Amino acid sequence: MNLQINQEQINETYELKLAGEVDAYTAPKLKEVMLPLTEKEGNIVVVDLSGVEYMDSTGLGIFVGALKSSKAYNSSLKLRGMTERVKRIFEITGLTEVMDIESEVKGEAL
Amino acid sequence: MPAKDALTERYQDLLSVYLKAKTETTLYKGQQFSRKLLEQQISPEDLVSLHIQVMDELFPDMSEEMRDSFDFLLEAMIGYGFAYREHQSLRDKQQQLESEIEVAASMQQTLLLSDVPDFDDLDIGVVSVPAKKMNGDYYNFVKSGNSLSVAVADIIGKGIPAALCMSMIKYAMDSLPDEQMKPHLLLENLNRVVEHNVHSNMFITMFHGVYEPESHKFYYAGAGHEPGFIYNAKEDQFHDLIAKGLVLGVSRTTTYHPYEKEIEIGDMVILLSDGVTECRTNKGFIEREEIVSLIRKYMDLPAQKIVENVFQELDRLQGFELRDDFTLIVLKRLV
Repeated sequence: MNLQINQEQINETYELKLAGEVDAYTAPKLKEVMLPLTEKEGNIVVVDLSGVEYMDSTGLGIFVGALKSSKAYNSSLKLRGMTERVKRIFEITGLTEVMDIESEVKGEAL
Repeated sequence: MPAKDALTERYQDLLSVYLKAKTETTLYKGQQFSRKLLEQQISPEDLVSLHIQVMDELFPDMSEEMRDSFDFLLEAMIGYGFAYREHQSLRDKQQQLESEIEVAASMQQTLLLSDVPDFDDLDIGVVSVPAKKMNGDYYNFVKSGNSLSVAVADIIGKGIPAALCMSMIKYAMDSLPDEQMKPHLLLENLNRVVEHNVHSNMFITMFHGVYEPESHKFYYAGAGHEPGFIYNAKEDQFHDLIAKGLVLGVSRTTTYHPYEKEIEIGDMVILLSDGVTECRTNKGFIEREEIVSLIRKYMDLPAQKIVENVFQELDRLQGFELRDDFTLIVLKRLV
């Protein structure tokens, strides 16, 4: 499985739309794109996860790293559009409490 | 060098047959011969010089330009020769590193191995299997006074950094004073250590519990770990063992909530890693209910047999290809 990352930029807002799986194989690719964006003060990085069917703990680690980096550099990181499966691992790990996550949740395909 | 002479002879045979008949079969044999050359560590420029030698014998009256062009080709191959030798030495180094990793892995397993303690009141079963050489899952039992402390952790970030992290936890746990064995306090302490030391992409999920045989109470707390189960014998029902909390290593000031549960005779506490719930089969993910029904199927057996049987069934369902480290622990109250 692969991961596609589409990036759009309006002023200081960067939107990353992900599709596929974020796992040990694809995580380095996501890190390469996302991390530098969080390293500039004032940047707003919005990650749309509605196309992500699966994320493992290595993938989650990339978001933990990006969160820390956004705090260190005064940028902001927002996540949105999680599927139930992805939302579950953010909930179990307690990350929903410390991350900016848009509450609207996309259900699994019927 | 007899081996090289034999190669020259073989090359001469193949080439002359090909030049006469020009068949696909001989071309294919040429391909196979190239594997043999690699086995014998013949470098690219050696092959060109072999070619020159053979051509000289086959065509003694080859034109001077043709002959010189081969010498030129020989020079042009030198760079490939360097690349080839570099590749060889990197391969040797890689093999050396691999064997070193293997040694490190087995050392790690020995150093961090937690014996399953004899504990009169509880029947304890553990299975912990790494997906790669190093296990990112970690479990630890500590007997302190009459109580039994059990920890399960999953270090995110695989391989060697994860293994080093695990050692860090073990020594941090071992060096905590007894009064801090309260699970939520232990997690708070560890969180500070981990947050301070860990690489930003890494984090640790952990569950820690303490069973007190006098009160038959199980005290526990969780740091973002996959919830276990608790089996209530009286109701004959499994419940999720929820212990909410943020994973270790994200925020320095995180506090953890203390939980407790009364454990009756026949009740079971089941702890696991997310390698158990992230099992993938052809049909999709294994659901938690399926794990419960597997445990139910074997729950009359001794605890060690339960975990081994559940592991074997899940391993079979995924075609014996473990994608993530797998840890399952069962504690059953006997008396």
